Amino acid sequence: MSVLTYGYAVWSPIVWLVALIVLALIALYVRSRGQKRYKKGTAQTDIFISGIQVPPAEERHVPAHNIYWGFFEALKGFYSTMMRPHTGIINDYILWLVVIMTLTVLVLVMAI
Amino acid sequence: MEYLTVHSPILIVAVPLLAAFVTPLISRMGNKVRDTFNVTLFGFTMFLVAILAIDIYTGGTRVYTLGAAVPELAIPENYMVPVRIMFQVDGISIFMGLTTTIVMLAALVYSLQFLKNETGQDRFYSLLMLLYVGMIGLEFTGDMFNLFVFLEILSIAGASLASYRTNLADAVEGGFKYIVISAVSALLVLFAIGILYGQYNLLSIAALANAMQFNTLDMIALAMLAIAFVMKLAGVPLHMWAPDTYAVAPAGITPMIYTSSAASMYALYRVTFTLYGGHFDTTAIGWVVIILGVLSMFIGVMMAIHQTDIKRLMAYHAISQSGYMLLGVGVGLAVLTDPVALASYGRDAMNGGIFHIINNALYKGMLFLTAEAIFFRIGTRDLNRMGGLGHNMKWTTIFFIIGALAISGIPPFNGFASKLLIYESVFRFNPLLSIIAMFVSLVTLASFTKVFYSAFTGPEMPAYKEVREVPRSMLIGMGIMAACIIFFSIFPGLVVDTIVAPATEALIDQASYINGVMGVAP
Amino acid sequence: MMQYIPYNIPFIAVALLVGIALFIIIFKRNLIKIVMGIAILEAGVNLFLVTLGYRAGGVAPIYTMTPEGAMVLPVPQALTLTSIVIGVSVIALMLTMVMHTYRHMGDIDARKSRLLKG
Repeated sequence: MSVLTYGYAVWSPIVWLVALIVLALIALYVRSRGQKRYKKGTAQTDIFISGIQVPPAEERHVPAHNIYWGFFEALKGFYSTMMRPHTGIINDYILWLVVIMTLTVLVLVMAI
Repeated sequence: MEYLTVHSPILIVAVPLLAAFVTPLISRMGNKVRDTFNVTLFGFTMFLVAILAIDIYTGGTRVYTLGAAVPELAIPENYMVPVRIMFQVDGISIFMGLTTTIVMLAALVYSLQFLKNETGQDRFYSLLMLLYVGMIGLEFTGDMFNLFVFLEILSIAGASLASYRTNLADAVEGGFKYIVISAVSALLVLFAIGILYGQYNLLSIAALANAMQFNTLDMIALAMLAIAFVMKLAGVPLHMWAPDTYAVAPAGITPMIYTSSAASMYALYRVTFTLYGGHFDTTAIGWVVIILGVLSMFIGVMMAIHQTDIKRLMAYHAISQSGYMLLGVGVGLAVLTDPVALASYGRDAMNGGIFHIINNALYKGMLFLTAEAIFFRIGTRDLNRMGGLGHNMKWTTIFFIIGALAISGIPPFNGFASKLLIYESVFRFNPLLSIIAMFVSLVTLASFTKVFYSAFTGPEMPAYKEVREVPRSMLIGMGIMAACIIFFSIFPGLVVDTIVAPATEALIDQASYINGVMGVAP
Repeated sequence: MMQYIPYNIPFIAVALLVGIALFIIIFKRNLIKIVMGIAILEAGVNLFLVTLGYRAGGVAPIYTMTPEGAMVLPVPQALTLTSIVIGVSVIALMLTMVMHTYRHMGDIDARKSRLLKG
């Protein structure tokens, strides 16, 4: 019931979950053999950024658009080409509809 | 019970319609009476959908003719063709019906608390029931003009609901764009129906499929129908209305408008597989659907990762996941006339595409509801200003994690199961398409990591210190969808064998659809 | 050839109406003009549906005191009535939304009154 068979292979989420639990138990055991002696709430659990003063929360949290800065910078040409059709003007949406419909009519009539 | 099963197709359309028209009267007696009334009538509709589903999966296609002496009597006395309005419910129709009903249940329960302080609530519930009627009617109908009427009903109800918050300027703009493109698409659908009627004097889908001659006028009608439905389901390059409309609709409505796009996808499949199936080489139209699917996947996700508005980002992801469904079923359409390829990978591709429809409705719906939960508490949708909400909104965070992992195709969730079916089958058709699909899945995970980081993790912002968890009915609405996702994740084989495989059979096997109507002797 | 032209005039009118309507919706920027374009498109499609039912020399499809001859088809007339009713409600909804947009933005130019883009 919980096994999905298709033509060439099998996917069973129960087997995957059992494997995950076994690996998680192994990881928890390894973790429990580690350093136990620290006190919460003292200076041992505070944020440490190489000794400089920790800025307040609004300045620490990286805003959303800056997270993948390298990705967007590398693909700047691609994104400037993609932003140009996405104008938000309703007339352009209907223009796309008419153009694609004409192309499809030509493709289907020629293919017969 | 026998009476209910036989008459269930029309009752499933009639009972919410009654609720829609009586709600403004009932709400004179108070809000609680109206909410109880709506939930009760919708509960009865869910019961009817359940018994109809059990009947279809054990007994085969069910035909319901309006106005006949016996509901199964499709062709009247001394006639050769069906002339009455018909509902014909087969495997794929009831599959879409189940999807619509689950999403509507979550949306209705979510809206009970979300709208507590808004005005005009009786009109909201009226229109929500009308939207449900439009979607179910579209999925159950066996008649082309009825398809047009229900398409218009769902467009009008959806656009009115999308612009419900008229105090916000961008809400009205989103609703206006939706109604303009819906009106133009539906009028072009009517034009194509007129072309088909002028040639054959028939409106019933089964009778048209029997009499179809595939000449040039029929090809023009097919192109108009297909592209009008692609515009309604927001496939690239006709997708630009979707982020505007999905972003501004109130909570609970965005999953419903998204599921109505899935219903337009069902209408596309009905037209290409059933109406134009048969002795017709579907390779050309199959490749058109595949190319639209690949474009949707790729452009949808690349635009999504660039957005800073949380609901616009999720709307672009909805477009990208629709590309997966178009790809899977498009591969099935392209190999429909090749029996060897169909048996070896065509059916699995279609199983993957159709399973992805219900998976996507569930987890995309839940992600939209979590985004609106954030908006309900904070009042902004801008990701650049959010942060550290996971400290206070624990249940919302858990639901978001489940939805984000499911949509990226991470095991063991149901998204992984349907995407695995699509990857494996499409690889045997053309390896490049499968590689693009895997890349798109990777970028999906990247963009949801961006949302999770900026909205939920991070230090606790002083501006959001008093934010508490959302009210209980909203959590129940999201919880219903999360429970369905976990159920579908642990039992994918059960779901595919019971619900998805009959739908694929119903699409591939055009002859049984025709025989359900034309084979019935008076 | 000449006898086909009077028969085809309604279809030529349909083509002109649909063409003009699509031109208006694509190229006119005032939102009210876009709504007018949709009304003309709807009129063209309704004319197409009614013309499909015409039979040469036919009479109205009414059974009481019928003159001799074939009748025109009644089904497209029923479809057209439904379509006209749907069109009225769609146009009413669109005009309401244009009114709200004007109240918020002060301008109903499609290029200037948009907030959502990208």
